Amino acid sequence: MPDSILVVVEQREGKLNRASWETITAGQAISAATGWALEAAVVGSNLAPIASEVAVKKLKKVYALESPRLEPYTPDAFAFALKQLLASSQPKLVLMPHTYQVRDFVPKLATAMGRTVIGDCIGFRHENGKLLFTRQMFQGKLAADVSFAGEAPWFVTLQNGAFRGDQAEAGATAATIETVNVEIADGIIRSKPQEVFKEAKQAVDLTQAEIIVSVGRGIKEQKNIQIAQQLAEALGGELAASRPICDSGWLPMDRQIGSSGQTVAPKLYLALGISGAIQHIVGMKGARTIIAVNKDSEAPIFEIADYAIVGNLFDIVPPLIEEVKKAKAGS
Amino acid sequence: MKQVPQKDAPLKLNETGAWIREEVSYEVNEPDAYALEEALRQKEKHSGEVVVITSGPARSQQVLREALAKGADRAIHLEDNAFVGLDAFNTARALAAAIQDDKFDLIFTGLQSDDYGYAQTGVILAELLGYPHATIIMQIEKTDGGIRVKRELEAGFFQFVDMPLPAVLTIQSGINKLRYATLIGIKQAKNKPLKKVTLAEVQSAIGGNLQKIERLYIPQKTKKTEHIEGSPSEIARRLVDKLRNELRVL
Repeated sequence: MPDSILVVVEQREGKLNRASWETITAGQAISAATGWALEAAVVGSNLAPIASEVAVKKLKKVYALESPRLEPYTPDAFAFALKQLLASSQPKLVLMPHTYQVRDFVPKLATAMGRTVIGDCIGFRHENGKLLFTRQMFQGKLAADVSFAGEAPWFVTLQNGAFRGDQAEAGATAATIETVNVEIADGIIRSKPQEVFKEAKQAVDLTQAEIIVSVGRGIKEQKNIQIAQQLAEALGGELAASRPICDSGWLPMDRQIGSSGQTVAPKLYLALGISGAIQHIVGMKGARTIIAVNKDSEAPIFEIADYAIVGNLFDIVPPLIEEVKKAKAGS
Repeated sequence: MKQVPQKDAPLKLNETGAWIREEVSYEVNEPDAYALEEALRQKEKHSGEVVVITSGPARSQQVLREALAKGADRAIHLEDNAFVGLDAFNTARALAAAIQDDKFDLIFTGLQSDDYGYAQTGVILAELLGYPHATIIMQIEKTDGGIRVKRELEAGFFQFVDMPLPAVLTIQSGINKLRYATLIGIKQAKNKPLKKVTLAEVQSAIGGNLQKIERLYIPQKTKKTEHIEGSPSEIARRLVDKLRNELRVL
């Protein structure tokens, strides 16, 4: 069997997520570099419409992995079904988006096959015939190029936004769709998922804000949040925070930016005392201008900042509020 | 639980170029602290025993001591420098070998570590032990047949999942409020059992790593960053000038 790459896309209720297209783009790039054929798989039930949607892209084949027991998602059913498909299609490389759902089942699937996952990758290199995957470590302070030391299939998950979904190439003709019906016996699925829900409706829609002042651990105490609040008010922006601040209950959860909170792309994002863990950065890297204030000159937030201020936010912010007020009064 | 370099520790590469120099300050991996707290709370509600386990060199015993001081009943330390370099599959295999006779009802891990950031060890451990699992957990309630957990999904969504015991759960930061160790707790911790497991004892359960860090490096910047320096008032003036004349947001 010639070497191949299998992209497993993700859907919920018949809708593909954006990360799926990004993973197809990545698959096409790796396919171009290695010459390996590219295939995709959709997992769930009643997949015909979504399989056709994927088949438009430049792919050799699309597998529709069908069973009524694949809906709703459970890690047991997904790992079981994909293991069967991988045993028959024997891809060299399996690519998936690094979503919460994939994180939930892919280590189980790989372990069941005695294989490993290089997770949350942001890029790849093909050097002297060897595939290397780049991933962030130490909360983004360092990057690592990682290779596989064991047998295929090799599992790789890709960070949201690492590839451009709109660059997924369309094929000259639609890819063949092969429906694979999986028998999932009683007893395979051990957990019973309930309906997906949203906690109380969000009071603040940060996605609409043009200016966001966001605070992180560097704010130290709850009472200090008021200086960030004052700056946000002076600028006419919204106040937001990184996860630890909301975890501590210093600001409500609906003000949280990041993978578990809101994803924003304002004109201006001012990060105060935010170190820039990956989980935060995925929620705000689309901002047009990022200003970061942090006392640690090596904080990863500076990697993506347009303007960097290394210093104590408690020294910087008060005069900044005054200057902003003056400028506004003068204009 | 796991010991990781402190959040603001300056990291330097070692001579291999594939790992950091180990002379930095360490702390407990944050999500693991929440996992411990949740275990202590479940014990307070339902009784039972809380056991903490870590793998790593002698320094990582500190994590276990702190956990015992907070209320854990006993500790297991897989002690060897070599454990630091294991991939998630091997770490989970070593842990599974060390606890296979304990038959725990519930195993908690943090959802990921701040150093490797694999987010895999707990799930792999579940598969090795043959337990069901659920990840990124924000709430745990006992039910008649087992437990009901609240999983965090992306973009503010959640889901309850009913599952039987035994099970493995990976715990999200913020699930609870962390406690501090008390003086009495710290004192009592000294007399609590701490079992050491050597690499040799679990060697037969592990194998060569299935993935290899070829090189570690400071990420290449994709953005041009302008540093604004000076006294706080100078910085404020310069920044406002930019906000007004370059970014035009004022």
